[in-house]
Amino acid sequence: MTSLIEPRDTSAVAAPRSPATRTSYREALRQSIRHAMLADERVFLMGEDVGRYGGCYAVSKGLLEEFGPDRVRDTPLSESAFVGAGIGSALAGMRPIVEVMTVNFSLLALDQIVNSAATLLHMSGGQFNVPLVIRMATGAGRQVAAQHSHSLEAWYAHVPGLKVLAPATIEDAYGMLPSALADPDPVIIFEHVMLYATEGELPNDAGAVPIDRAAVRRTGGDVTLIAYGGTLGRTLDAAEQLATSGIGAEVIDLRTLRPLDSATILESVRKTHRAVIVDEGWRSGSLSAEVSARIMEGAFYDLDAAVQRVCGAEVPVPYPRHLEQAALPQAASIVAAARAVAGA
Amino acid sequence: MSAISALPNGTATEEASHALQLLRQMTRIRRFEERCGELYKQEKIRGFLHLYIGEEAIAVGVMQALTPDDAIVATYREHGHALVRGVSARAIMAEMYGKQEGCSGGRGGSMHLFDAETRFYGGNAIVAGGLPLALGLALADKLQRRARVTACFFGDGAVAEGEFHETLNLASLWRLPVLFCCENNLYAMGTALARAQAETNLALKASSYRIPAWDLDGMDVEAVEHAAREAAAAVRAGEGPYFLELRTYRFRAHSMFDPELYRERSEVEEWKKRCPIANYVLSLKQRGLLDDAALATIESDVAREVDDAVAFAESGTWEPLETLTRFVYSDTQPSP
Repeated sequence: MTSLIEPRDTSAVAAPRSPATRTSYREALRQSIRHAMLADERVFLMGEDVGRYGGCYAVSKGLLEEFGPDRVRDTPLSESAFVGAGIGSALAGMRPIVEVMTVNFSLLALDQIVNSAATLLHMSGGQFNVPLVIRMATGAGRQVAAQHSHSLEAWYAHVPGLKVLAPATIEDAYGMLPSALADPDPVIIFEHVMLYATEGELPNDAGAVPIDRAAVRRTGGDVTLIAYGGTLGRTLDAAEQLATSGIGAEVIDLRTLRPLDSATILESVRKTHRAVIVDEGWRSGSLSAEVSARIMEGAFYDLDAAVQRVCGAEVPVPYPRHLEQAALPQAASIVAAARAVAGA
Repeated sequence: MSAISALPNGTATEEASHALQLLRQMTRIRRFEERCGELYKQEKIRGFLHLYIGEEAIAVGVMQALTPDDAIVATYREHGHALVRGVSARAIMAEMYGKQEGCSGGRGGSMHLFDAETRFYGGNAIVAGGLPLALGLALADKLQRRARVTACFFGDGAVAEGEFHETLNLASLWRLPVLFCCENNLYAMGTALARAQAETNLALKASSYRIPAWDLDGMDVEAVEHAAREAAAAVRAGEGPYFLELRTYRFRAHSMFDPELYRERSEVEEWKKRCPIANYVLSLKQRGLLDDAALATIESDVAREVDDAVAFAESGTWEPLETLTRFVYSDTQPSP
C-alpha cells in the first residue's frame, strides 16, 4: 500500500511541532487503524471482542459501526485459528490487522506465528511473503496477576522472519501501524497496558514512522539508559532525577526489538562509556541480555564500567500492589544502577 | 452445478480418456514415490520422507474438482498432491534433493513443497497447522468476492489438535469456501485412531460444527472424484465449507525411520488388496476401457517422466553459501 503520509525521522530529539492535538495512546492507535482502513480496503481488523465490545482496551471502539462486520471481525476464543486466518488472508492479498488481546493469550497462537508466519517466505524459497500485522497488549502494572502480566517480547524478538515493534510514544502508537502494514513481512506490535491511557501531543500532520531504528529520547554525556515500551517513561523519570545530581543520562528508546538497531546503541555508548539497560522482561535470556552482549561485542573497549541491567524480578508477577511494583523496574532502581556505573 | 464442476458426462471415448487420465495420475504418484524411496536409501534424498503410496486415489480424485484459481493447502505427505496439481516432477524431485532448481528453491525439501503458479501453499509439517491457513485463504476470497475454493488436506492425526476444532468452527461460522479433505489412514504416525479418539467417526465431528460431511472410500478414485466435484461445487456456490472423510491406508512406513511396530503385517497385506491402482486397472479392463497396450504406454510414459525428473535433480545446482540468510525477510523493503 502507499504510505499515508511521508514518513518522518523521529530519531532525533524533535523541536515541538505545531499544530498538534492532545490525545491518548489509545486514541492514537484507534485513529491509526481508522486511517489505514480508510486508505486501503484490503485492511481489516480481526480479533476477540474488537467489534461489539469495542476492544478489550477500547482501542477499536466505534470501528464496527464505521466499517461494518466484514472489516471489523469479532472472533471466537480461537487464537491459533484466527491468527492463522490472518496469515492465510495475507497470503491471498489482504492486509489483516490481527488483535490478540494480550501477549499472554498469544501463546495459544505461537504455532501459527513461529511455524507459519515466520517461515513461509523461507520455506517457499521466496514465493510467499506474509504481510500480516499482529497487535497485542503486554506487560504488568494493573494488578491482574501472573497469567495476565507477562512481558514476552523477547520470545518473539528471538525469531528470524518476524519484525517486533514496541511503540512507547503517542507518535509511534500512531505512526508504526502504517509502516507495519506497508511491510511485506509479518510485524508484531506490542502495546504496553500502562500506556493506553497516557496522553501527549500528536502533530496534526503525523504519519508513518520508520520501524528499523531506535530513537534518542534525551541526550546526555555520562551514561546511556536503554529502554523500550512500558519502561521508557520510568527511564526518562530516572534521567530527570539523575540530572538534578549532575549526571547527564542519554535515553535510548529501542522502538524496534527486531531487528535491533545496534548502531544507535553503540554510538551512544561510545560517547558515554556507560550503559544501563531497562527491561520489564525476566533477566535470564532477556532482550536486555541481547543488548548487553551487543555492547560487549561492539564497544567493549569504550566502556568505563560493566553494563548494568534493571529487569523484571524472576518471579511470576504477583497480585498485591506492593509485590507487583517490587517485581518491576522502577525509576529508583534505574537511578541506583546508573549511579553505580557512573561511580557517583 | 457449474460447467467447471460438472461430472464428465460426454461420449464413451471421453469417459475412457478421463478414466485413463485418472489412472495415469495415480501411476505417476506411485512410481515417482517408489523412486523417492530408492533415492532415500542411496542418500540422495535426506531428512524426513513421508510416502503417500496407497493413498493416491484421494489426491487424484479431489484435484479433478479444482480449477487453476483454487488453492491447495497440504501436509508433509504432499508429493502426490503437488504432482497432480501440476507442479512439475522435475521441480519436485529437485526440491527433494535440496537443489536450487526445486519448487521451493531447495530450502524446503520433501515436507515443504510450495508453488505460487499453481497456488500450492505447502507442504506444512506441523500437524493441523495448515488448517488455519486454509481458513485465511478462504476468508480473503470471501472478502474479495471471488468464487474460489481452498482445498485443505490433513490426516486423522490432525483431528486431535485444537487447531482442527477452532478452524472447523470458524469456517462454518463464517461460511468460508473451504473443502476439508481428511485423509484418514487410521494411524497418526504410530498411534491407531481408536487409541487416540473417543469418537472415531471423523465426519461426525465435522457435522457437529454444522458442516456437511461425507465419509467415503478413499481407495476408489471415481468415488472420490464424484464426491469432491459435488462438494466443491457447493463450496464454490457459497454454501460454506464441506468436509470429506476419505478412508484410506498408507502401505509404507510413516517415514523412512519407522520400524512399524504398531501394526500387524497381516493388516497391511489386507489393505494392499484394496490398492487403488491395481483395483482401478482391474475395473477399467472389466469395463473395456483399458487394455495391456494402453497400460504399458502409461507405465513407460511415467517411467520416462520419473527418469527425467531424477536426471534433472542430479544435474541441479547447490545454492551458494553466500545467500544462506536469504528469504528471512522480503528482498524488497519499503523505504523507511
